Amino acid sequence: MSKQKIIFEVNSRTVNLEINADEMLLEVLRERLDLVGAKRGCGEGECGACTVLVDGEPVASCIYPAVKAAGKKVITIEGLGDEDNLHPIQSAFLEEGAVQCGFCTPGMILSAKALLDKNPAPTEEDIRVAISGNLCRCTGYAKIVQAVKRAARILAGG
Amino acid sequence: MFCEKYYRPRSISEALELLKQYRGRARLIAGGTDLVLQLKEGKKRVSVLVDITQIKELNYIEADQGFIRIGALATHSRLAQSSLLLKQARVLAQAAASVGSPQIRNVGTVGGNVVNAQPAADTAVALTALDAMATVLGVDGEREMPVRNLFGGVGQSKIDPTGEMITGFFFKVPPGGLLSSFGRVARRKALSLPVLNVGVALAPAGRDNIIKDACICVAPVAPVPLRMRKAEEILTNGILNDQTIRAASEAAAGAAKPRDSRLRGSADYRVELVRVMTYRTIKNALQAPGGCQIV
Repeated sequence: MSKQKIIFEVNSRTVNLEINADEMLLEVLRERLDLVGAKRGCGEGECGACTVLVDGEPVASCIYPAVKAAGKKVITIEGLGDEDNLHPIQSAFLEEGAVQCGFCTPGMILSAKALLDKNPAPTEEDIRVAISGNLCRCTGYAKIVQAVKRAARILAGG
Repeated sequence: MFCEKYYRPRSISEALELLKQYRGRARLIAGGTDLVLQLKEGKKRVSVLVDITQIKELNYIEADQGFIRIGALATHSRLAQSSLLLKQARVLAQAAASVGSPQIRNVGTVGGNVVNAQPAADTAVALTALDAMATVLGVDGEREMPVRNLFGGVGQSKIDPTGEMITGFFFKVPPGGLLSSFGRVARRKALSLPVLNVGVALAPAGRDNIIKDACICVAPVAPVPLRMRKAEEILTNGILNDQTIRAASEAAAGAAKPRDSRLRGSADYRVELVRVMTYRTIKNALQAPGGCQIV
């Protein structure tokens, strides 16, 4: 099988790759680009642990053929911040105790970012719908919702 | 390895040309939220995928002389947020909003939802309730078919994705407007297959409590989305009040013949769900903006 060339942007960096036609974006990010923040939870698009942003929208990268990403802008959790320079949403999650095992966290934060980018003053219902595609087995979601509310306040200048 | 080559044509003609060139070994893919999984699990097989999501002219939602037209590549997110749909045909916006999860809705398309041919596909139920037509383009040209006729059985579409594509859907919005609503019962609020979906669209006659046209679609109670004709007749026959709505719900329950299901409950339970959800969804439709006050 011949490889296909794709060019796309990952965390504001242009990436030029030769991939197989049936590679998913998740594999490309984790195995070719060493961006292991996105996780394989279910492999079926049903848990959200693999969530990344494509042109600002959360997608399940485990069922998103990598070729689809050609010409698009992908943001992973690594593109948001790091331990020396936390994004306000990351700080809010830590301050509210919204991280336990951390497996859902990258996807959860990216879904929250997409929400806050579009809707800077979400209601609790808006938040719960925005993260409805991200499963968490640890926290019971309450602190995650609090964290997103906190992040919204901080990003709005509060 | 489930496909050897993945094309992303930029025009309809390019896409059809590729399908023709590969003579059945290539098939269309839109968002792929159903198809990719089926290919990975070996439930469907293909050599070549032709991804049509780059074809901009297939992604639109517009009003056109008493009709609403929707491109096959409009995503569920787009449908769910469309102010045009929320105002004039909210059953479709509500249905699209209940598909899967935000991640699925951002990628999945209404065309793909219909071609995947699950009888209770949310947007398919809404489109059937709107009595919508699909425009289908193949090598032989273009034809129009009622959406409800595109379903040949569970997972069996009348559309052959190796040779033709749905380009869009359209449905009439009568001058008096439509009162519509979508009702869903599922085990969870998201990422959950429907236990029951009901789509209702009513055309008010302009006089209080008279409905001149009614469409009720219920699924899954059959291998295809089902129109409840008897229930519809009851609603359009005379004055609409709580009694007639109950009678219509009873007729819908009588027409539904679901089986005992480990996933969805016993047949008795499912029939009761049809009764209750038909009643509630009709009531909700009547409370849509511009709706009439009903007993």
